[in-house]
Amino acid sequence: MAAAETYPDDLRYHEEHDWARVDGDEAVLGITWFAADALGELVHFEPPAAGAAVTKDASYGEVESVKAVSDVVAPLSGEVIAVNQKVVDAPETVNEDPYGEGWLIRIKLADPAEADALLDAEAYKQVLAEQ
Amino acid sequence: MAQTLQQTPLHDRHVALGARMVPFAGWEMPVQYEGVIPEHRAVRTDAGVFDVSHMGELEVEGPRAHELLQSLLSNDLDKIAPGQAQYTLLTNESGGIIDDLIAYRLGECHYLLIVNASNREADFRWLKEHEIHGSDVRDVSDDHALLAVQGPHAIERLGLEAAKAFTFAEATIDGVETMVNRTGYTGEDGCELLCMAEDAVRLWDGVLARGVVPCGLGARDTLRLEACYPLHGNDITPETDAISAGLGWTCALDKEFTGAETLRRIKAEGPARKLVAFVMEEKAIPRQGMAIEGGGEVTSGSHSPMLEVGIGMGYVPAAQAAPETELTIDVRGKPRKARVVKKPIYKGEG
Repeated sequence: MAAAETYPDDLRYHEEHDWARVDGDEAVLGITWFAADALGELVHFEPPAAGAAVTKDASYGEVESVKAVSDVVAPLSGEVIAVNQKVVDAPETVNEDPYGEGWLIRIKLADPAEADALLDAEAYKQVLAEQ
Repeated sequence: MAQTLQQTPLHDRHVALGARMVPFAGWEMPVQYEGVIPEHRAVRTDAGVFDVSHMGELEVEGPRAHELLQSLLSNDLDKIAPGQAQYTLLTNESGGIIDDLIAYRLGECHYLLIVNASNREADFRWLKEHEIHGSDVRDVSDDHALLAVQGPHAIERLGLEAAKAFTFAEATIDGVETMVNRTGYTGEDGCELLCMAEDAVRLWDGVLARGVVPCGLGARDTLRLEACYPLHGNDITPETDAISAGLGWTCALDKEFTGAETLRRIKAEGPARKLVAFVMEEKAIPRQGMAIEGGGEVTSGSHSPMLEVGIGMGYVPAAQAAPETELTIDVRGKPRKARVVKKPIYKGEG
């Protein structure tokens, strides 16, 4: 079942509908409830390779539903240290739990200060309200 | 300039059900209600209903209606009697496919053609241009609504008796007079119900009350792709011919119709390329327009909700068309393996 709409306060958001959970010099990345709902049930996640560099504001992978393909934009720069194999095997996990089991990748941050420029939950909700 | 989208008589019902509405062929149509995948599975396991009122209905009537249609449509209407229907093609001089449609023989000299929404005007124009004295062609699309009720339990849920595919009869369902056509676009048992536009809401409400699941165009597309029914505009177009598309069975090449000569030649020489069905061997979803190594191209692609892999159809050189042939598809720069399979990709239980 798809999750209910939420935007947790402990995450940082990118206006392209991506989130980051910063943990010291690492971060876990994923897509927001809004992005998952707009796409519909996900049926494919094309992840980056472990060790690949991801760049803030650039695409690091693709998610697909039956009808659509969408780039996944990195909210922060760094190096991929883990890919969520559960989402590769069962992409609908993202719809079911976008901020928990449905995380996409974990990165080693290139510059932890980049996170300061991201949106908090209130500011991201404002972005959604203006769409 | 934004074009105003047409709405079917069921538009407000779709919105009230929470459907996601999208533009399609000039119409505002529901692409999904709960989700493409659950709707797809409802049709494969029970019954679903699609509002396909955007499709066109053309009537052809008169003492020479049969003669006119025999000269314009690829299949042989002498093979059907009143009460029967036939899948057929409207072809151009070069054997290309203007549209694929179903012809319903209402009487000896009276036909109803149900055509694709996107081709309604082109079809009507073509028929009018070729009209002969003694045949009258009318576009009656706006008078009607059309509901496709599909799935292994569709007929039972509607309280209808089993009947042969490609037949039709009149019936009253939930107080609404309908033409019950034993046709569909999902690969499942079922029917398509034609009613007057003003009765559409009553019929729709009645069908839903029978436990039939509302389904959008998203599921309609994945269902028809698993069943390998071509989609006009994707898999077949005025530039593609019936022989290459594997639709030679719809062409009565022993009669004369527009483009028949070209089609006979293509058949005799063998088509240079063929429309094949394929299943991905690697994790990837093929999409329309992707290149297939060796000179082919994907014409339809999606995710199969039943097989849970990427599936598609596309044109490949004839040498690559045999089942089990390995194909390589360029998925946004990444080569991904697929395998040619016999059609249909997925066969319903019924």
